[in-house]
Amino acid sequence: MSLTGERVRGGLGESARRPDGGPKVAGSFVFSSDLTADGMVWGSILRAPYPHARIRSIDIGPALALPGVHAVLTAADVPGDSSYGLEHADQPVFADDTVRYIGEAVAAVAADHPDTARRAARAIVVDYEELEPLVEAEAAITAEPIHPDGNVFAHLTIRHGDTTASGDVVVEGDYEVGMQDQAFMGPESGLAIPDGDGGVDLHMSTQWLHVDRDQVANCLGLPHDKVRMSLAGVGGAFGAREDVSMQVHLCLLALHTNRPVKMVFSREESFLGHVHRHPARMHYRHHADKDGRLVKVEARIVLDGGAYASTSRPVLVNACCFAAGPYAVPNALVEGWAVRTNNPPCGAMRGFGAVQACFAHEAQMDKLAAALDLDPVELRLRNAMKTGDRLVTGQVVTGAAPVEELIRTCSGWPLPAEDPEPDPMTLPGGAGRTADGSRLRRGVGFAVGFKNLMYSAGFDDYSTARVRLEGGVATVTCAAAEVGQGFVTLAEQIVREVLGVDEVILAPPGTADIGSAGSTSASRQTWMSGGAVERAALAVRDRRDAGEREPIEETYEYHHPPTSPLDENGQGNAHVSYVFAAHRAVVDVDLDLGLVRVVEVATSQDVGRVLNPLQVIGQVEGGIAQGVGLAVMEEIVMDRGVVRNASFTDYLIPTALDMPDVAIAALVEEPEPGAPFGAKGVGEPPTISSSAAVAAAIRAATGLALTRIPVRPQDIALAHRDSTKLA
Amino acid sequence: MTPSVAQPRSLDDAVEALRTAIDPTVLAGGTDLMVAINAGSRRPTSVVSLIRVPELQGWHRDGDEVVLGACLTYAEIERGELASLVPALAQAARTIGSPQIRNAATLGGNLGTASPAGDSLPVLAALDATVETIGPDGVRTLPVLEFVTGVKRTALRAQEIITAVRVPVLRGPQEFLKVGTRNAMVISVVMAALVIDLDGRSVRLGLGSVAPVPVRARDAEALAEGSVDWDTARIGDQTVFGRFGELAAESTAPIDDHRSTAAYRRHAVSVCARRALERALR
Ligand SMILES: Cc1cc2nc3c(=O)[nH]c(=O)nc-3n(C[C@H](O)[C@H](O)[C@H](O)COP(=O)(O)OP(=O)(O)OC[C@H]3O[C@@H](n4cnc5c(N)ncnc54)[C@H](O)[C@@H]3O)c2cc1C
Repeated sequence: MSLTGERVRGGLGESARRPDGGPKVAGSFVFSSDLTADGMVWGSILRAPYPHARIRSIDIGPALALPGVHAVLTAADVPGDSSYGLEHADQPVFADDTVRYIGEAVAAVAADHPDTARRAARAIVVDYEELEPLVEAEAAITAEPIHPDGNVFAHLTIRHGDTTASGDVVVEGDYEVGMQDQAFMGPESGLAIPDGDGGVDLHMSTQWLHVDRDQVANCLGLPHDKVRMSLAGVGGAFGAREDVSMQVHLCLLALHTNRPVKMVFSREESFLGHVHRHPARMHYRHHADKDGRLVKVEARIVLDGGAYASTSRPVLVNACCFAAGPYAVPNALVEGWAVRTNNPPCGAMRGFGAVQACFAHEAQMDKLAAALDLDPVELRLRNAMKTGDRLVTGQVVTGAAPVEELIRTCSGWPLPAEDPEPDPMTLPGGAGRTADGSRLRRGVGFAVGFKNLMYSAGFDDYSTARVRLEGGVATVTCAAAEVGQGFVTLAEQIVREVLGVDEVILAPPGTADIGSAGSTSASRQTWMSGGAVERAALAVRDRRDAGEREPIEETYEYHHPPTSPLDENGQGNAHVSYVFAAHRAVVDVDLDLGLVRVVEVATSQDVGRVLNPLQVIGQVEGGIAQGVGLAVMEEIVMDRGVVRNASFTDYLIPTALDMPDVAIAALVEEPEPGAPFGAKGVGEPPTISSSAAVAAAIRAATGLALTRIPVRPQDIALAHRDSTKLA
Repeated sequence: MTPSVAQPRSLDDAVEALRTAIDPTVLAGGTDLMVAINAGSRRPTSVVSLIRVPELQGWHRDGDEVVLGACLTYAEIERGELASLVPALAQAARTIGSPQIRNAATLGGNLGTASPAGDSLPVLAALDATVETIGPDGVRTLPVLEFVTGVKRTALRAQEIITAVRVPVLRGPQEFLKVGTRNAMVISVVMAALVIDLDGRSVRLGLGSVAPVPVRARDAEALAEGSVDWDTARIGDQTVFGRFGELAAESTAPIDDHRSTAAYRRHAVSVCARRALERALR
């Protein structure tokens, strides 16, 4: 492995430099919010102020009357499908007669200035009849439907082995995960340009160009090729750009005004305008024999999907498939619900259902260890999944599953020394100077997690890439969305490696020139688009080596092996491959104030093969930051359907003073059979078990149960006060 | 509509600009005002910027007091000689925002905003600071607890501005503690500012984020004052510290909101007040 500083040729295994790194650091990178076009006007969306309401009437007259306003559109102006959605088109472009979550789009305006557009949106008169919001996920299962399609997005039962089996030792618990936001820096923004011929070109920061395009075209009532999407500079994604946000509105406005239309969400609008991580409530019961071998895992998982379907169904499938953790579990009974409420829609976020389940199954493993009087790491070792074991879905794990090695290397990493004279800034409470050394406790927690790579359960997942060699220069065309993960670097590395050329150019990703690359999610682009680029480059190499003259061009559509949906017992070969990681967190906790400082997170991760060391480290550190955030501070605070903290003032994400040292104990390189270069995706595992490890460390420091993340200061301080009062 | 912006270069010009402008909004570092404007919650018709008015800059010593210009930034407060003269204010300044914010944000702006979570306010309350203003009715001087009248409400009259804040230089320890849900760059959930005046034999505790306005914990102060051995500047009775915290908590009226709960705030006040007193007088 080579790190930065050294000269690298930029082949596989080296820390090749990002082609967009320089411009991003220098501030010259063009983000979607920087786009402009001649004659451009500005869009703005009017959003509903209630979580649940009936729309009696909408009067757009006062908005249209404002000077500078070019168009005001409502549900009546949508020429094609009135709703969109990734899996199930149930989210209205504009609320028609019913509003189902706070911030739902009701109308859109185009005007000659963003301020005029916003003022015009506010001038629209909407007569609402407020309705009682349905905000409890559990209640939603049986409540009066708040949508014609019902309140249950998905209900799944996994019956594995002998569901009546029981163990000598049984531990039980209820767990809860709050609503996390992806909190990317670059708010949603885009530019739609009408082509003068009934079609439109849309420049957007997004995660999946082709599926955006299809949803937009369906709503516009246009053939798909009349809508062309190009990727505009993305300022972070983490799942929140998988769903359509402003895409349809922008194109509608552009076609109506026959002008380029630009829109940039404010931060508040961004929080209201994209999906979040599903809040979860989970009940678990673990059975083990006297030696600590798992006999059965029972789980009931309820995910709050919010108002519209988005990816609730596959998130639930993941939560249930990985509900027992990366352990050999002979028997299991898992029941999952993903339901509709009047809370904000929830969908994809890094970890995709595995994060919620991991928090619960790892808390259970600690509880079980305590009940058995076993070391928590030892208990995990005794049950660690290995190649050849089965998931609770009955599927045999055929690829690399180095769980034992991950646990051993991560738990064996030396603990950080306690600083006898710490800088007060590095104590819990940090800059606030609250810490009292005698009231601080250190705790260590351990967690292991896993999830699937790529799309599962029968989805035909593929990516398309073209490689063209001309004059010793290779050009790659692929619609994979670069959202910061580094596919751009990797595509260049792969082509350099295969073709032995120095200069590789990446064509701008778009829908006009090439087929779908699939979504930049599910830790899949290195495998899927990396695979497509490799195969196309290999085909070019073969023709070149056969003496053919340049230009040589090859296009390759890469599919992963087929999977199948789960049957009625939740059994089936639904997944292609899995990725594992272990985390050990060390925290200092102020017992009286409940403030936490995460001192260090050590990790071992299963990576198949390191293709770019620096990028792997970047994903590990960034993912841990997001995991630490969920453990101790990141939460969208809901109050009867109303979002209370739609800003970075109050939606807190870790600062440099909250970010722990990250120690990479091991990147385990056991090549994955069937994966291009043997490499696994690395983006999600750092987020899956890091939150659970931090929570475990806080439990260890305080002796409190702490069954909910984020762990809030009051959860620690008041519980600690009450427990010492009783003692 | 773009507002008109006046950039006076003297206090007289500033007063004149405020008198002649229509519904003027005062701008200092802009770290509150620009956020409000960008969010669309404030739309000034005219702006008077104070940032180039020399009389409002910096600080100077005036006998037993220091006079802090309204445009004094936290970056200027947090270090140097001023930090040793008014240590609690410097400690508070170091908790505010990020270095970039502290370079721009001013003391006058914190008072002008008068947020319950304004970090300088409990310190000014503990110091019995006075706020000096100038306006159409001339110059006024108000104790800080009379200046802040409610949540984001002050005693400032139309076209009046803060010119300076006057605080005493005291002999004795000072402490500022701030609780937030992250280790930096965070809005206060609770603040406690403790000032000991060894010569005046007083103990003063200002609390923030626990009521609409900063509060003084008078009962706690009286308990501590009665318990200090003023010759050694120590409290011998070890039960006093905990009781001090409890009395401090009783003087608050916190609320439940999206940042925390009333129960936690009350508890955190007792912990912070106790720790502050222990650091200062144990
Ligand atoms: C990222 C960020 C972090 C922050 N963190 C903190 C924090 O930790 N703690 C904290 O307390 N605050 C914090 N703030 C808020 C802000 O920085 C402070 O309140 C600061 O003191 C405001 O000063 P300013 O000079 O920027 O005021 P401005 O924004 O210029 O003005 C604020 C208000 O005061 C009025 N005003 C300003 N000067 C005068 C004057 N001389 N006379 C009369 N009225 C006047 C203005 O009209 C306006 O209403 C933060 C803000 C940001 C953006």
